[in-house]
Amino acid sequence: MKLRSQHIQGWLLFAPAAILLVAFTHYPTVATFIKSLFTNSSIIRPSRFSGFESYQNLASDPVFWKVLVNNMWLALGTIPTSIALAIIMALIVNKAIVGRGFLRMAYFTPTMLPMIAVANIWLFFYAPEIGLLDKALAIFGVESHNWLGDTTTVLPAIIVMTIWKEAGFFMIFYLAGLQTISPELEEAAKLEGSSRWNYFWRIQFPLLLPTTLFVFINAFLNSFKLVDHLFVLTKGGPDNASNLILYYIYETAFSFLDVSYASALTVVLLIALAIAALGQFFFMDKRVHYR
Amino acid sequence: MSFKLPQKLRMGSSLELVGAYLLAVFWIFPLLYAFWAAFHDTQYAIRFELFAPLTLDNFREVMSQAPFFRYGLNTFMVVSFLLPLQLVVSTLAAYAFAKYKFFGSNIAFVLVLVQLMITPEILIVQNYGTLANLGMVDTIAGIGLPYIASAFCIFLLRQTFKSIPKELEDAAQLEGCGTLGLLWRVYVPLAMPTYLAFSLVSLSHHWNNFLWPLIVTNSVETRPLTVGLGIFGAPESGVDWSIISAATLLSVAPLLIAFLLFQKQFVQSFMQAGIK
Amino acid sequence: MNIIKKIAISIAAALSISMMTSMAAAETELTMYYPVAVGGPLTKTVDKMVENFMAENPDIKVNAIYAGNYNDARIKALAALESGQPAQLSVMFSIDIYELIELDAIVPFDDIVTTDEEKAWLKSFYPSLMENGITAGKTWGIPFQRSTIVMYYNKDAFRAAGLDPESPPATWEELVDAGKKLTKDDGSQWGLMIPSTGYPYWMFGALAMQNNETLMNDAGDTTFYDNPGIVEALSFWKDLGSKHKVMPEGTIEWGTLRQNFLEGQTAIMWHSTGNLTTVKNKANFDFGVAMLPAGKRRGTPTGGGNFYVFKNTTDEERAASLKLIKYMTAPESSAGWSVATGYMGISPSSYETDTLKSYIEEFPPAAVARDQLEFATAELSTYQAGRVRKALDDALQAALIGSKSPQEALSEAQATADRVLKDYR
Repeated sequence: MKLRSQHIQGWLLFAPAAILLVAFTHYPTVATFIKSLFTNSSIIRPSRFSGFESYQNLASDPVFWKVLVNNMWLALGTIPTSIALAIIMALIVNKAIVGRGFLRMAYFTPTMLPMIAVANIWLFFYAPEIGLLDKALAIFGVESHNWLGDTTTVLPAIIVMTIWKEAGFFMIFYLAGLQTISPELEEAAKLEGSSRWNYFWRIQFPLLLPTTLFVFINAFLNSFKLVDHLFVLTKGGPDNASNLILYYIYETAFSFLDVSYASALTVVLLIALAIAALGQFFFMDKRVHYR
Repeated sequence: MSFKLPQKLRMGSSLELVGAYLLAVFWIFPLLYAFWAAFHDTQYAIRFELFAPLTLDNFREVMSQAPFFRYGLNTFMVVSFLLPLQLVVSTLAAYAFAKYKFFGSNIAFVLVLVQLMITPEILIVQNYGTLANLGMVDTIAGIGLPYIASAFCIFLLRQTFKSIPKELEDAAQLEGCGTLGLLWRVYVPLAMPTYLAFSLVSLSHHWNNFLWPLIVTNSVETRPLTVGLGIFGAPESGVDWSIISAATLLSVAPLLIAFLLFQKQFVQSFMQAGIK
Repeated sequence: MNIIKKIAISIAAALSISMMTSMAAAETELTMYYPVAVGGPLTKTVDKMVENFMAENPDIKVNAIYAGNYNDARIKALAALESGQPAQLSVMFSIDIYELIELDAIVPFDDIVTTDEEKAWLKSFYPSLMENGITAGKTWGIPFQRSTIVMYYNKDAFRAAGLDPESPPATWEELVDAGKKLTKDDGSQWGLMIPSTGYPYWMFGALAMQNNETLMNDAGDTTFYDNPGIVEALSFWKDLGSKHKVMPEGTIEWGTLRQNFLEGQTAIMWHSTGNLTTVKNKANFDFGVAMLPAGKRRGTPTGGGNFYVFKNTTDEERAASLKLIKYMTAPESSAGWSVATGYMGISPSSYETDTLKSYIEEFPPAAVARDQLEFATAELSTYQAGRVRKALDDALQAALIGSKSPQEALSEAQATADRVLKDYR
């Protein structure tokens, strides 16, 4: 009797969250897949079952491959550098250094800005001729460059901006990680005459490894969701050089009104996220997250 | 290999100090530039004439061109609609997972965690359809709805609830507390730091959220700051730097000021939410 | 006691007043989305016009919603329709017509106009502005914020380079020659900038027409991206940067271009006439406006937004919408709008108004867009417009950056367009 009421009470408490989660996470995931198997409906052409036709179109769509590769470059370009910077920042701020509060504030502030605002600000840096970057480089005699209008520099330009936005955020996790390391270890290392460099690589870095994995996977997940800046900076151009998969989904669904194709794209994105999630599961579960 | 020379160490640390400050200056420079540009005429801003005359015209211009006050109000309404609901719904669910062994609870929990990976913005296409069917497109509630059940919040609270000693619960039960009474009188008060941590994280996330609100809002009455700023600053409209800087500043000001005032709480909240 | 009585009376009075006003006002409510694609306080201008309309027509209430650029406005209006939000009419891209028809979203004006006077009104606009609004023998779009591409040039820079500020380049050769004289070696001033983000296909429509080509057929189901003449036009565009060195290589940002021109970074820019008033207000040098130069001939596409009325509307709403559209496109409104923005007057009679007559007298560049209409053609508009347009945009950018040759890029774009459009033929 008691047991049964446990079941009922448990489900009752969980019900509101369960309904909302099903409605906005699980149902749409399944529905997206189903939609990708049908063509769009319009008055000229009604919807019909098309099987994996959308996926075949996808495979032969150069823009799709382009955005996928861009997403990979973005992740590769931002994550390691942000993590390295985040560790450096955390080491700085973790020490009793003069003006520590200011430093922490300076590193962390970009995190509090919406990506749209960040893009607005950085647009002024990257604008050719009149942008701040070109003006600064002109002092050293470097010729003006069209940073966002050149396929080779547009993605690096966006990567730098993203690193600026994210490093301070990751710093927080390292700061938390560093504070769990016992200060006695540092004392011991000092007594042994070990250099700071050695101490970091032998003691701190290995102890921060779980944090690094956690940050890495979160950063990877995040890199797929971060597209706001494209609305301001490039719209994915020039020639899709800065286009990303989520932006392409938005464009396809809301601008080209091609829900079927957008659904197929979403399924690919979901698979990419699932791979990351599995990574999280295998690497992170050892830290006993969900017990 | 060891560097025992104390002199070298000191040199290193003063170099480090310089490096630390250089990095900091580089890091806040973009924001400072926007701040500076917002108070100067565009032509000076472009030529970077540092001591050009100050002006408030840009802000006046922004306010007359777009209803940023209304946008701010909308953003405020979104977060104040969303956050309390997030907390209530997640508290109930977290309590269920922490204290009940109900039928299918393990699978259910894994299904909750799925949302950590598949956040609502990934499913824009389908979620937009759902919202349209509910007739909630272009409503404040519609902006918040997909985010009310937060796997992150459920997860955080469940961890906290689990760490609360059983003795406290027993004592309360002896005093005649029912299930909800127990939750309200014992668990919620003890989890206050977690609530604060999640609230600040959620607040800054939703204050800055863009893609989903862009899709579901159509009108000035619902459009939040980020979307308003996005439309206002879209390059098609012929960018006027100083005016856009002013608009950007207006949009980020509320959250930024809150952050600067309660810096410690914010940083600690993010830390706490991160370790869990 | 007295106080209570007073309160009761005032409540009653307030109630009756509010009931009376609500009875008198707002019998028909209209929601209209509109875009803005150039700088300046255009939203204020539109709001003002709508306000005046409501003052004249107290039985109609209009919610005018600014929804971003052309793309955003279409997305928002269609989204509103689909989700059951009210929307009776909208200003949208003139080239959205085929997509709107395919979605069964709009009604032709032929079905709305009733009286002879209204039928005559349908014919009162410049014919070239109607090209993008008419298909299959019916009129679906009424011109509102319409433009052509014009050439803005810095007269001071012309003088400094020893060029005659009163005779801007009229042919491609002259354009290149002038550009070479205007381009400074230290990179502080370029001869020419043609924007290649935002609406690259639009700029290209001008170059193609100047080379005696059109980009698509009238039915909107076939494009001619890889015609030799069109490839040639793109080669010319690319050569301006890579061969003649009068324009920066790579893409040029639509949004910041006006700022570049105002800062003297370029002596000539091609841009929408919709920028005219802002340039006029902000330029601190002597500038001129000219028609685009001729290749084999002169040419520019028209551009901008048309009024559409949605299908899912009652007869009253359609009538009220028609009233609003007639008001917004009336000669006097159109003239005021033109002065405020730089967009063109949309009917010959708008140029007959005192407002525009005296404005043109004092500021002759305001007439260039109209004079150029003689050489204007329809803007790129097809079924599946978003995809077909993006294919061309991507190709143009790829060629300008140099990652593909013009021939290669345009052949690919044509293949994409063919694939998308084959079901419509």
